[in-house]
Amino acid sequence: MSQSITYVRDGFIEAEKPPTSDSSAFAWIRHNLFASWKDSLLTVIALAVLVYYLPKAIDWLFVSAVWTGTDRTACLTTDQGGQLPAGWSGACWAYVNDRFVQFMFGSYPRDQLWRPLLVAGLFVALLVPFLIPRVPRKGLNALLLLVALPLVAYVLLLGGYFGLRHVETSLWGGLMVTLIISFVGIVMSLPIGILLALGRRSSMPILKMVCIGFIELIRGVPLITVLFMASVLLPLFLEPGNNIDKFLRALIGVSIFASAYMAEVIRGGLQAIPKGQYEAADALGLNYFHKMTFIVLPQAIKLVIPGIVNTFIGMFKDTSLVTIISMYDLLGIVKASFGDSGWITPVTPLTGLIFAGFVFWIFCFGMSRYSAFVERRLDKGHKR
Amino acid sequence: MAKKIVTALVGAAVLGFGATASQADTLSDVKAKGFVQCGVNGSNLAGFGAQDSQGNWAGLDVDLCKAVAAAVFGDATKVKFTPLSAKDRFPALQSGEIDLLARNTTWSISRDTQLGFDFRAVNYYDGQGFMVKKELGVKSALELSGASVCVQSGTTTELNLADYFRSNNMDFKPVVFEAQDEADAAYNAGRCDAYTTDASGLYSIRLKMANPDDHMVLPEIISKEPLGPAVRQNDSKWLDIVSWAHYAMVAAEEFGITQANVEEMKTSANPDIKRFLGEEADSTIGADLGVPKDWAVQIIKAVGNYGESFERNVGEGSPLKIARGLNAQWTKGGLQYAPPIR
Repeated sequence: MSQSITYVRDGFIEAEKPPTSDSSAFAWIRHNLFASWKDSLLTVIALAVLVYYLPKAIDWLFVSAVWTGTDRTACLTTDQGGQLPAGWSGACWAYVNDRFVQFMFGSYPRDQLWRPLLVAGLFVALLVPFLIPRVPRKGLNALLLLVALPLVAYVLLLGGYFGLRHVETSLWGGLMVTLIISFVGIVMSLPIGILLALGRRSSMPILKMVCIGFIELIRGVPLITVLFMASVLLPLFLEPGNNIDKFLRALIGVSIFASAYMAEVIRGGLQAIPKGQYEAADALGLNYFHKMTFIVLPQAIKLVIPGIVNTFIGMFKDTSLVTIISMYDLLGIVKASFGDSGWITPVTPLTGLIFAGFVFWIFCFGMSRYSAFVERRLDKGHKR
Repeated sequence: MAKKIVTALVGAAVLGFGATASQADTLSDVKAKGFVQCGVNGSNLAGFGAQDSQGNWAGLDVDLCKAVAAAVFGDATKVKFTPLSAKDRFPALQSGEIDLLARNTTWSISRDTQLGFDFRAVNYYDGQGFMVKKELGVKSALELSGASVCVQSGTTTELNLADYFRSNNMDFKPVVFEAQDEADAAYNAGRCDAYTTDASGLYSIRLKMANPDDHMVLPEIISKEPLGPAVRQNDSKWLDIVSWAHYAMVAAEEFGITQANVEEMKTSANPDIKRFLGEEADSTIGADLGVPKDWAVQIIKAVGNYGESFERNVGEGSPLKIARGLNAQWTKGGLQYAPPIR
């Protein structure tokens, strides 16, 4: 067999010089901002917009803003009956400051505020070690956070036990309500969602039908309808005086709603697991429970973490809808405060909304960053 | 549309369950639980129901709730407030969640009959009005022909507006917004010549304008909006107390009894006043009403007379600075008129 090799390299290629300025700031700017004339144009436009608006925004938010004051006159111009120069416009942080306790706790009795504060403290003390992978005893931690804390919080916040004054849920409000509803929704929706997803993929026809029916029914109506039904129509069908607490109704509504969405996210993960994994588990003689908990679910949930967190974030923001049933979450209570004639000014609504938006952003951004961290940590086998 | 569906649903549910509510005795229930549960406005309307930063409720409607508590218990603090949105105020009253609805609710025949409520007293005579920029030089709504008018969509306000201009053979350009905030902002930015909503709302919106003194509320009122407390139908004892709590405030103003002088007025020579304040030995007014003898004294001590409450919440003593207008005493050209208390 005659071989005709037309080209054989017989020496090493001369080593090129390393890219000189790749790590310099200048190179970064050229690569990322001015790579082509289109990029350059966009960069220049974006910069121009920033240069034009950013100082204005900073001025409005901080420099011209009013930080201290006890009523609306602090944020009014001379034309409007206040002290500030005509044409002034800026954030009225004095109003947020004055209303801060209310934005956090609603009408919770002011002499009982240690109760929600204690619950918040316990929550942070249990959540932080739970979220840090290095801290040991995750099982005990989860038990305390997910079972013990809700019970303690129930007793502390609602009262009526151990000589604690009863504080009815109609007095709850603000960020406290937002966090309680989201926490309960998150804690309830994950296990219920997993069960629904497994049920939907089950081979038992009745179970399957029930799960499909539940998921599709709940997903087929908007959350606002669920809340509205629970709040407005349910009481009319009950004897007067036998009302289930409105807050509880909202919690149930939000939980079942989130569960249905969660079920579909988890199902997406289950479907992505190759059939071989199921068969391998069967071949090992694992029963259904072991197969799911040891083989399938760990892989499936890992795959859908972005989807799960997406659902959590969406639900956190959806809690604002409880305003429609006269429960005042953070956004609701901020908007309700616009009606206080003690603080009506042209700038208070905008200031209040910016504050509410900022608080929502902190929480959503935190969740999103943590989920990115968890993904990186769990993604060892799939790194590309 | 949504409003209509809700009303229909609520109406249907009420008809179906009217029987359960017909024999209600709210007064006994209220006395048994020890407080009045009052549905108020949680937002939107300054001066009628709003919370200050300490969580205390204030407003004209809130004062009425306090007056009822003062009459029943002799203690105006025995009242709890449920902030309600426009949508769920009626079911809340119907389901027994609240004892009394004082949420700037217009008394209309359909609410009185179809929804199964009872109205009697009117604690604020409102009506739809117009606000314009002073620089337009308009002095009357009849000069608004051809104007663009900012209005919230889907409200009776929008329909009243169209009716008013058509019946006066005037043209107008409606600039319609879904939310009140948007309408406020648009008017403030000069997108329309005039703004229309209930007059009480116009005053609070004026406070949100960059320059309130550039705007004026026109004198014409184009619709009737008598706002008053509502209770469940077929409970006349409770309706009596709620209505007379309001009338007591109105009568106190007529008699010249104020929060400050109520103790001295007890010794007044005027038999009407003595009877009103429960100082006549053989008077059974309080007992007949089902409340303590000094009920009127307690009301006046708690919230003052109607004029005082008005000035404090929406009048000159408040940022709103609404004129008494229709809400003046009948002797001063208004409609506030308390039936005789004897």
